[in-house]
Amino acid sequence: MSTPVPVLSVRGLTKAYHDRPVLQGVDLDVAEHQVVVLIGASGSGKSTLLRCVDLLEDIDDGQILLDGRDISDPRIDADEARQAMGMVFQSFNLFPHMTALANVALAPRVVHGSSRRDAEDRGRELLDRVGLSSHAGAYPDKLSGGQQQRVAIARALAYEPRLLLLDEITSALDPELVGEVLTLVGELASTGRTIVMATHEMAFAREVADTVCFLDGGRIVESGSAADVLTNPREDRTRQFLQRFTGGR
Amino acid sequence: MTTAALDRVAYRQSRARRSTLIALVSTVVFAAVLLLAVTSSPGWPRVRESFFNLRIGWESLPALLEGLWLNVRVLVVCQVLILIFGLGLAAVRTLRGPVWFPLRALATGYVDLFRGLPLLICLYLVGFGLPGLRLSGLPNNPVLLGGLALVLIYSAYVAEVFRAGIESVHPSQLAAAKSLGLNHRRTMQLVVLPQATRRVTPALLNDFVALQKDCGLISVLGAVDAVRAAQISAATTYNFTPYVVAGLLFVALAIPSARLADWAAKRVATRQGAL
Repeated sequence: MSTPVPVLSVRGLTKAYHDRPVLQGVDLDVAEHQVVVLIGASGSGKSTLLRCVDLLEDIDDGQILLDGRDISDPRIDADEARQAMGMVFQSFNLFPHMTALANVALAPRVVHGSSRRDAEDRGRELLDRVGLSSHAGAYPDKLSGGQQQRVAIARALAYEPRLLLLDEITSALDPELVGEVLTLVGELASTGRTIVMATHEMAFAREVADTVCFLDGGRIVESGSAADVLTNPREDRTRQFLQRFTGGR
Repeated sequence: MTTAALDRVAYRQSRARRSTLIALVSTVVFAAVLLLAVTSSPGWPRVRESFFNLRIGWESLPALLEGLWLNVRVLVVCQVLILIFGLGLAAVRTLRGPVWFPLRALATGYVDLFRGLPLLICLYLVGFGLPGLRLSGLPNNPVLLGGLALVLIYSAYVAEVFRAGIESVHPSQLAAAKSLGLNHRRTMQLVVLPQATRRVTPALLNDFVALQKDCGLISVLGAVDAVRAAQISAATTYNFTPYVVAGLLFVALAIPSARLADWAAKRVATRQGAL
């Protein structure tokens, strides 16, 4: 049996903002049904990595392969490539002029050619799954942060993306709202979604991650199973980072 | 309620009554002084006769109202055209890609030209220049030509207002739309423009209050609007009162729009505060 092609394959990814290097040669493979958690200090490049994968940033060097196809090739249609990925942002980024349901139904209707009715039926189903069926008609400004983020997750799931990218999706939430969002992500992970997520929630990473990658200075310094990286890190820098995180508790 | 609370309420009420009384007295005194200053001036009797002649004002009113009705119709048609044209110009200026360069350059040049050109000069050039070409099919109706000049100038302003609105939509909204696989056109149409137009509504309404009075300038082309009607009746009565009446009519027309603009601004502010 040949080894299956990874869903996502990042090769030597390099990215600088002006003269400041942010990613300096990142390699990452994500197999189907895998949950990869990116950890690291602010500014270590986690968010930039996710944004590059979703083609929201131009990259300087390297390749990004989605199901074996090079989507970082400037000749391909980036809009079409993004349709295979779903992204959830730290600050939700819901469309404020649309109801929760309209946010969720937008991409299936406009991009994937579903009829309005099909898109809305599917949208209701998803809102139900994230526990917000009674808020379908609510505008984002009437929802709590945790509710908004769950709508954003439903929106990213609405077109069955191959890969889900979660960019510090609990960092902007009040502590008591973090749980509801993480529970939902845990459910998605257990149903076999392929997920790459950047997070500061170490306990959650330990629970759901198949692979944990520690980023520092734009490089993946250490990666391995959650138990290895979070409990017995090989690298000093990983140890120092984790100590700063758990030291106070 | 506790006595402390009752005491606070009573104190605040007495302060509020005092403030109202002071405002009232000061307004009355101010108005009286102003009135006295004007009416005691040496030229007042003649000014009153030539600018505030009630009989002439009343007699000129039907003609003025008929003229104003023309202004209102021009206003409504122009407003719609300006909105469409201005939005189109703003959207063209956001297009990316080398194919669109000529359109983009044209839109930029258009806005630069018509935002800088004085309305009166534009009115003369369009109103007298276009018919002068003697092309068949071109209208020579002063109302149509005047309306055209208004649309040309105001579209340039409104396009810039829309563009400011488009640029005020946060990049994170664009990132979200892109991440869903929406292309540039869909992103503009479904995500950016709806938010941009809501935000610029107060500024647009303000521009339309300005347009309301500038509609009176089509009179220079000979259209018999309220201003022209006032001119005619002033010339027959040797009295300026019709101008005063026409001016008051324009003010009366502007007040509802101004209140609407205030209301829209407040609504946008509260909605954005909630975001």
